[in-house]
Amino acid sequence: MPTPTKGRRLGGSPAHERLMMANLATSLFTHGRIKTTQAKAKRLRPFAERLISKAKRGDLHNRREVLRVIRDKDVLHKLFAEIGPFFGDRDGGYTRIIKAMPRKGDNAPMAVIELVNEKTVTAEAEAARKTTFADSTASEAEETKAEDTTTEAPAEETKAEAPAEDTAAEADEAKASEAEDKSDEKKD
Amino acid sequence: MAVPKRKMSRSNTRSRRAQWKTTAPTLVACSNRTCRQPKLPHVVCPECGTYDGRQVARPA
Repeated sequence: MPTPTKGRRLGGSPAHERLMMANLATSLFTHGRIKTTQAKAKRLRPFAERLISKAKRGDLHNRREVLRVIRDKDVLHKLFAEIGPFFGDRDGGYTRIIKAMPRKGDNAPMAVIELVNEKTVTAEAEAARKTTFADSTASEAEETKAEDTTTEAPAEETKAEAPAEDTAAEADEAKASEAEDKSDEKKD
Repeated sequence: MAVPKRKMSRSNTRSRRAQWKTTAPTLVACSNRTCRQPKLPHVVCPECGTYDGRQVARPA
């Protein structure tokens, strides 16, 4: 017996549910990031990832299988030409769901579902090892990160000290720490 | 069909409704250092639109 789908069914009928899932998946692949209800996002994640897996295989059979769901040929091409190859070095987990504030009107819990657009850590390390250019950029990135942590620590210390001192000094220090924070942001 | 035998008194109605209480939501400070606004935990910051150091939504 096949495992039932996790979570509540959507829409009023199986046909309606299929249409909604297809539309959600099409929107996700066109825009890369969509905002929907948490229930729909949770149902969409395995559905969309299965389509991406088919896109990674990329042969004609899989293309026809996906075409049964994604009826828009532009989106289908984008899925097979850009999204599938991009996830070549990632084994699953192609999408990310982040919860958002409830919707005005019906207070439905909302979520943002997006395609993960970062490369995996291991993939970056592989790329860095192979070419000297990638290696230098990677080391620079590490240096900036190190700077961040050093500047972060004193700012937090001043905040911790502030309550013990006068209110005027407190305000000044708070402003100073804010300014430091902003300068940090600009560096990034 | 089952129907109530007696009218529910004002007192009983009000006693029942007295148990409808609200609770304050748990709030945490936004982890974005320039924002620091109170927000619900595990949710995109409604002020700056960031979550876990990533820009997820357009800021309000």
